[in-house]
Amino acid sequence: MSYIKKPNIALSNAPKNELGMTYTDYEGAMSTLCAGCGHDSITGAIIQTVFDLNILPHRMIKMSGIGCSSKTPAYFANQSHGFNSVHGRMPSVATGANAANKELFCIGVSGDGDTLSIGMGQFSHAIRRNVNMLYIIENNGVYGLTKGQFSASADVGSTAKKGEANKQVPIDPCQVAIALGATFVARSFSGDKDQLVPLLKAGLMHKGFAMVDVISPCVTFNDHEGSTKSYMSTRESKREAVYTDYIAPFNEIEVNYEKGSSIEVDLHDGGRVILRKTDESYSPQSRGDSVKNIRAASEEGELLTGLLYIDESQQDFTDTENMIDEPLNSIDHKTLCPGKKALKNLLDSYR
Amino acid sequence: MSAPKSNDFTVKFANVNGTGSSSANGMFMKSLFRMGIPVVGKNYFPSNIQGLPTWYEVRANENGYLAPSGSVDIMVAMNAQTYDEDLSAVEPGGYLIYDSSWPRDTLMTRDDITVLGVPLAKMCNEAFDTARARTLMKNTTYVGVLAALLEMDMGVIEQLLLDTFGSKTHLIEANKQALEMGHDYAKENFECPLKFKALATNKTKDHFIIDGNATSALGCLYAGATVGSWYPITPSTSLMDAFSRYCAAFRVDKKTKKNNYSVIQAEDELAAIGMALGAGWNGARSFTPTSGPGISLMNEFIGFGYYAEIPTVIFDVQRTGPSTGMPTRTQQCDILSCAYASHGDTKHVCIYPANPEEAFYLSVNAFDIAEQLQTPVFVLSDLDIGMNDWMIKDLEWDDKYVPNRGKVLDQDDLEKIEQFHRYLDSDGDGIPYRTIPGTHPKGAYFTRGSGHNKFGGYTEDADEYQDVVDRLLIKWETAKSLVPSPIKDFKKKNKMAILSIGSCDDAIREARDLMSKDGHDFNYLRVRAFPFSDEVEKFIDAHERVFVIEQNRDGQLKKLLQTETSCDSSKLKSIRLYNGIPIFSKDVIERIMKEVSTGKAA
Repeated sequence: MSYIKKPNIALSNAPKNELGMTYTDYEGAMSTLCAGCGHDSITGAIIQTVFDLNILPHRMIKMSGIGCSSKTPAYFANQSHGFNSVHGRMPSVATGANAANKELFCIGVSGDGDTLSIGMGQFSHAIRRNVNMLYIIENNGVYGLTKGQFSASADVGSTAKKGEANKQVPIDPCQVAIALGATFVARSFSGDKDQLVPLLKAGLMHKGFAMVDVISPCVTFNDHEGSTKSYMSTRESKREAVYTDYIAPFNEIEVNYEKGSSIEVDLHDGGRVILRKTDESYSPQSRGDSVKNIRAASEEGELLTGLLYIDESQQDFTDTENMIDEPLNSIDHKTLCPGKKALKNLLDSYR
Repeated sequence: MSAPKSNDFTVKFANVNGTGSSSANGMFMKSLFRMGIPVVGKNYFPSNIQGLPTWYEVRANENGYLAPSGSVDIMVAMNAQTYDEDLSAVEPGGYLIYDSSWPRDTLMTRDDITVLGVPLAKMCNEAFDTARARTLMKNTTYVGVLAALLEMDMGVIEQLLLDTFGSKTHLIEANKQALEMGHDYAKENFECPLKFKALATNKTKDHFIIDGNATSALGCLYAGATVGSWYPITPSTSLMDAFSRYCAAFRVDKKTKKNNYSVIQAEDELAAIGMALGAGWNGARSFTPTSGPGISLMNEFIGFGYYAEIPTVIFDVQRTGPSTGMPTRTQQCDILSCAYASHGDTKHVCIYPANPEEAFYLSVNAFDIAEQLQTPVFVLSDLDIGMNDWMIKDLEWDDKYVPNRGKVLDQDDLEKIEQFHRYLDSDGDGIPYRTIPGTHPKGAYFTRGSGHNKFGGYTEDADEYQDVVDRLLIKWETAKSLVPSPIKDFKKKNKMAILSIGSCDDAIREARDLMSKDGHDFNYLRVRAFPFSDEVEKFIDAHERVFVIEQNRDGQLKKLLQTETSCDSSKLKSIRLYNGIPIFSKDVIERIMKEVSTGKAA
């Protein structure tokens, strides 16, 4: 359908958010991905997220690398600046952009190829710096644009379209991120918008690096029987460990949670994340527990989803850098330049 | 004995690295400077932390030539490991000072120089308690010896000690003691002064001593750069160290104690350039310092910056290549790899300072040019400029300076226009308008390294693609008028000329003076930027022969001239000096005169 220019349909009765903007205002260009691609569902969830959060589109930046996933930023929020960088190196661009103006919301969209192979280094170091951004991995276990090679997230035994089985151990971005010290780690499925949207909201409002690994089946190269990342296989293996709700600062809690069964985490923006565990032994606030549970589930052939780990107490990158509140890109030159007299004094110290 | 020659000598210190010699050697040089004598210090050091040979060379020269002389008048041979080599490096008639606490086998193998033994270790062992002090104070003691031998002003040296150590009185006392100990020993045992002496004069007024990495960092500071990303690599590391130091002094908000800057130590050069581009794209003045290997790693992103048109400044402090090469030796070997960095059709604005003074002014320029042209701009200095101690004129700053941010549409501009298109050439100069994220919803556009049309949309259309890459050539033409113009010394009567680049400048200045005395006059042009302005081609056209002097094996500047100008390349004679040591005027003279005489014979 990609050859059709996206019609701009304005419905008079379309719901508006608090900024008076409609869902359509947050849309982007027509997707050129394959019909049924999981990535397009994620795009829908992102649009829902920023619409619900009343985010001014021009106060948001959209970053990506290279690959099918990295095309996504073109398909939402066409009033936001987008940056389609080089393969695997979106995190560094996002870090620099964040340093220049820390006030902007930053959404990064990557894939399993872009993040877990060529981008593994930058991904790790964005976590290490706790760069304030929502980092979505559209994870399908396969290289789409180059026609079907296994990616680093392909499970052992999962078969390619032509039948051969993957033999190499997969890299699980959630386990890696938690081990590296990430402060927000979640997993979801492109086919479960109800689960995904609250996770994206919480991730975007989390102050620091929020990684959401979204299993997003590739309908063309990895949706067949034998693949562990097909729609059918994901639906079967997925088990929600922690139900997550995001409560915006401007919303009252409408549901009363049973005491003891839920954990409430306050976010920096005043919003809250409500976590309801499905398993009493699981604690999304303990790194060791989280990794142990993800591994145990994986060994049983289960894909653990939900907000798997959260730590809201860490400083983000601009805080550890002790950066001034005002965005660096808007400080006037008079403040930045020490001037003639200071230079003269400085030179005297070199004589 | 004839009267001692004043203010024209080279002292070389042969040390072991990690023994604290550099501060004593620096003290010796600075004392000469404070006596009003022009000096330059060259550091020949290993890529190592402790235990390997290292040399420091101080040239005092009344004419203010800043290239090394290429000869050693006084060798301070403190390293037994290199003693033979150091002994043979002394000019006939020169001197060698060594530590006579222990005898050396090959001590007197030369009878054309004077060997002066000073029991440095013995004296220091008696005078000082701790092992560290005994090691360190040997250095200060030989400075005292030199002070006597060269009749230096002891008052100047003592004042320098006070200024250097400030409140650390125990250090001042120890150093003073060592200094006097050496001085007294020399006075008692040797005839002072030697054939050379230091005579106070006034040639260093309004000058100061600094390295080019520090002045480049000052340029970044004064240009208003706020985001610097980097990965440590010799010889560029001290640029970011200096920037951090200056920022700590000048960029911390007094009220909040928070930083008006961000220095990000990246995980590698691939990330460092990504961060610089991200910050440049988002409206901050950004830069990344590196060296040749870093440039190789950054290539993909540099092409991205060129095609997506993002301003940033890349400092390449060149060192010898290829590959890891010799990290602590100088060369001009990245001229071509920077000019055409990255795959596809790319060419980049490069700026070539000749010394730390220019490094300051041209660094500020680089930020303006990068934003005016919306493209990554290279500043190519080298290890000699970046890490050696140069005496340069006081830097001037005009408080009226306003950064040239180029064609950026602000909120009001965007409010007024109907629609914004990122890559339209509305002014005919090849430079489109850009917007900074966060300014206005109408300013949004998509930045990509994939094919795009002039509106900023993705394209695979042949004409739309070509339209944009052709427009970049118009921008390239515009660049010629924005980059620093060459420095020229032209007299119509001269038929031969020297054309050079960067840090070759001082050796050429000295060589031209000396050759002129022998009746050989050469015009001179030093390129300061790529793209070359039309002046460069005209200059070549106006001569019969042009010697292109540069510090790399393959004649990269000459190749660039051949490719990028339509000059008659048969006029260009390549002279290449590339052993990793800053070039000497005598080598320049020898090579040119050889060419000139062969030319005549032919």
